[in-house]
Amino acid sequence: TIFSAPVRACLLLVVVSVWVQQVDGVWPLPQQLDQSADRNSLSPQRFSFTYGRDSAAQTGCSVLDAAFKRYFSIIFPDFTKGSVSVKTRGCDGYPDEDSDESYNLSVSEGQAVLRSVTVWGALRGLESFSQLVYQDDYGSYFINKTEIVDFPRFAFRGLLLDTSRHYLPLHAILKTLDAMAYSKFNVFHWHIVDDPSFPYQSRTFPDLSNKGAFHPFTHVYTQSDVMRVIEHARMRGIRVIPEFDSPGHTQSWGKGQPNLLTPCYKGDVPSGSFGPVDPTVDTTYKFMESLLKEVKFVFPDSYVHLGGDEVSFACWQSNPNVRTFMEKMGFGKDFTKLESFYMERTSIVWQDVFDYHERIPQDTVLEIWKGETYQAELSRMTKAGHRVLLSAPWYINHISYGQDWRNSYAVQPQNFSGVWSKQKKLVIGGEVAMWGEYVDATNLNPRLWPRACAAAERLWSDEEKTLNADLAFPRLEKFRCELLRRGIQAEPLFVGHCKHEYDGL
Amino acid sequence: MYCLLKCAPLILAVAVCHGWLFGDFVRKQELNEISLWPIPQKFQSSAVAFKLSPASFQIVHAKQSSAGPSCSILENAFRRYFEYVFGDLKSRKKVYDSDLVELQVWITSADPECDGYPSLQTDESYELSVDEPSAVLKAANAWGALRGLETFSQLVYEDDYGANNINKTEISDFPRFAHRGILLDSSRHFLPLKVILANLEAMAMNKFNVFHWHIVDDQSFPYMSRTFPDLSQKGAYHPFTHVYTPSDVKMVIEFARMRGIRVIPEFDTPGHTRSWGNGIKDLLTPCYSGSSPSGTFGPVNPILNSSYDFMTEFFKEISTVFPDAYIHLGGDEVDFSCWKSNPDIQKFMVQQGFGTDYSKLESFYVQRLLDIVAATKKGYMVWQEVFDNGVKLKDDTVVEVWMGNKMEEELQNVTGAGFTTILSAPWYLDYISYGQDWQRYYKVEPLNFPGTDAQKKLVIGGEACLWGEYVDATNLTPRLWPRASAVAERLWSDKSVTDVGNAYNRLAQHRCRMVKRGIPAEPLFVGHCRQEYMGL
Repeated sequence: TIFSAPVRACLLLVVVSVWVQQVDGVWPLPQQLDQSADRNSLSPQRFSFTYGRDSAAQTGCSVLDAAFKRYFSIIFPDFTKGSVSVKTRGCDGYPDEDSDESYNLSVSEGQAVLRSVTVWGALRGLESFSQLVYQDDYGSYFINKTEIVDFPRFAFRGLLLDTSRHYLPLHAILKTLDAMAYSKFNVFHWHIVDDPSFPYQSRTFPDLSNKGAFHPFTHVYTQSDVMRVIEHARMRGIRVIPEFDSPGHTQSWGKGQPNLLTPCYKGDVPSGSFGPVDPTVDTTYKFMESLLKEVKFVFPDSYVHLGGDEVSFACWQSNPNVRTFMEKMGFGKDFTKLESFYMERTSIVWQDVFDYHERIPQDTVLEIWKGETYQAELSRMTKAGHRVLLSAPWYINHISYGQDWRNSYAVQPQNFSGVWSKQKKLVIGGEVAMWGEYVDATNLNPRLWPRACAAAERLWSDEEKTLNADLAFPRLEKFRCELLRRGIQAEPLFVGHCKHEYDGL
Repeated sequence: MYCLLKCAPLILAVAVCHGWLFGDFVRKQELNEISLWPIPQKFQSSAVAFKLSPASFQIVHAKQSSAGPSCSILENAFRRYFEYVFGDLKSRKKVYDSDLVELQVWITSADPECDGYPSLQTDESYELSVDEPSAVLKAANAWGALRGLETFSQLVYEDDYGANNINKTEISDFPRFAHRGILLDSSRHFLPLKVILANLEAMAMNKFNVFHWHIVDDQSFPYMSRTFPDLSQKGAYHPFTHVYTPSDVKMVIEFARMRGIRVIPEFDTPGHTRSWGNGIKDLLTPCYSGSSPSGTFGPVNPILNSSYDFMTEFFKEISTVFPDAYIHLGGDEVDFSCWKSNPDIQKFMVQQGFGTDYSKLESFYVQRLLDIVAATKKGYMVWQEVFDNGVKLKDDTVVEVWMGNKMEEELQNVTGAGFTTILSAPWYLDYISYGQDWQRYYKVEPLNFPGTDAQKKLVIGGEACLWGEYVDATNLTPRLWPRASAVAERLWSDKSVTDVGNAYNRLAQHRCRMVKRGIPAEPLFVGHCRQEYMGL
């Protein structure tokens, strides 16, 4: 044992030098990253975040004050100044589609400077900064001399959770928002209601959740729950876009709102079952107007998702009133009318609306979800001048054996045949979708993370620098261990171990 | 409180007169009837319901029972199942009269086996009779009583007023197969103790009785050996945080014993041993690149006496640490390329007259290993390759069939040669896919191969395997449950229990029951549980 001690020390040195090579492991990869092997030690006692003198945001900025606190304990988990400079104020606002998320980070001896135009950019920079800090085997903290110039490739980087097929407890949603911020996602697409249940507790129509939720008290989101989600998201620079999908996917709505759904017919008589929302009666539009007015009031984001996917026409066709109505009105008016309730808002709809209807307002954002032909669809939609979101290749509720994150990573959102570069610019981003058929609080987190991280990098980083999945693998492996260290139940990519294993069940 | 007590029956009576509660009540009973998992062999239940109050209901030893308060297995089980039945302390405050005052547990044989370990021969049968004022659970030994207690706890249901009810019931139950196992792999990823214990708990809820602990493999050696501490010191992912100490192992074995579960460790050789080589010099075969060693290593070196000396010492330790009569010796997937590259091995092949048939060399190794282990008075289990390669096996060897192709043929061959066998090929739960794959596991009929009745009797059970390439503490439990529950029912219940629709309804409730008991069992499909998972 006398001889083994120096040998061991040698080994450690080797390990350390390898470690230093690896510290460029920021996920998603910054646009420009220059790093040297010079490292600075960080002392938790002496390190602090401060606002730069020239910063527009100063102490009192809710978003950044909270972020400083959060990132301090992320960086130094065994405890509880650098300098941050923000050009414009806006600490009390919400992020939106025009938010500038760029930042510059410069770490040199003695101090680190993070510059950004908005607080949202500062949040992204703080995340990168926290990922640059590492501990050696003696527990000391280090950060290498680093220069980062960074900005997102796409403005819309979303994640969809489905709280209708299974109810997701509030803490599961909040935890997901935490993890989203770690991967620089910036949109929470809340598919809040659907056929199986209606957990949104409406102030205008309380019967919707009273009768349409799995349980009227334990399986609902109250107004204060929704506020909490929105505020938790805002603090992390994440927009919350709710989806109230109609006219299909509305079975649960019918329980609390009589005469909303189309009665299906069997021959000449109603069969007792119901189909999509009944588009032929005025009461439907009055109801939708009031509900959407409420939604507009509750959710501050300037976007709303109106769904419009997978409408089964069989029931409409069986119903004599609908048939007459269609002859009278022509087809495709329903959505235009719905959208008219949203004058000042931008609506997102699923691709079906584009595929089956001729006239759609030009500013409507189309979301592609059908897997087989998404490149062709991208081409068609952008040619028609619409802004587009891509989620088809990122339906990560579809699981399979092995490293399927590589498929997500290989996606090239702008690789489609388009004549003008203008067309490519119309792809404003994408979304990872975690549909809820087989997912609830028991398995949501390990199924989401780190699989969703692959799309996060595709949507943030430079594609040229990040197309090789084998190069990404060690960085992602390290990032998943970092997620574990931060308490996110992220599953393994392959065999191996983390210094801090998951401690729950 | 007084008023509530007095008024409750009145409200109930009024409600029944109005009819609506009655309808609800009947539906609840039906739901309850179908939520047993795995379903007992013989089962009769009537609509007569009794109330159980946490304030007065007790689980007790029957007067005639050969077991008493000194039986720690039962004492622990009584407490565990009382908590399962009545939930947390908060809900135990409900006060109402109990129709059913006690569950008497009656162990009939002279030796209740309270201080022993379950074995392959253990009689797990039990009879349960629920009637006023007492329910009686009769079993030959403590192990059968554990299975009966689980069933009893599954019979209790909560009505809409929060009261616990149980219907008049007669059950006579026994397992179809004696070996009902779960394999967990703690080498590809280290599994913290907590995760292993929680899964033993879930196994008991599903009447599994074997924990096949694939404890070491190529990637890491987390088992801390007293004889060869360097194995984990140098072969584990981390010598302190990613190891199972002797007391950890003891705790797993005792926790399993308390639930009637055998722990069968697997020390797989001669392949799958890369991590062994870190701590034991010269154990593995040096591979060659041309005429010089390449620096990499292959399977255990079968031509050195030192390899066998090591195995002798090592398995001496293992045979004392693990009380079960069986040890799993692995023997799968031996890669011959390294052996082929090594000139010393080539020479040995010539000396022994093996020609170029390296499976003969493998057999040579395995034969010596089996003799070493046999000397420790342990029985052994092996993967199917060992049988396929014609190694001479002891009569009581259990051959585990894991290869998916030609599974029926393999079962036919193994049992035709007179060996007992267990089946795991159709139940590799690490292979995930979208949708309800539990139905595929459920539809397997283990005896569906050509063979005589005597051959079929040699199939003693099966195992659901969750290999660890993509699994660690973060996703193990929801990935295993309730998918493994499908295997549990196939191995316990009668062959005729094959209705997938009926199974779906029961399994959906069973998974909610597991969630309620703190096991994050994932959903089968769209829906909800009254009490959702609150961990995270």
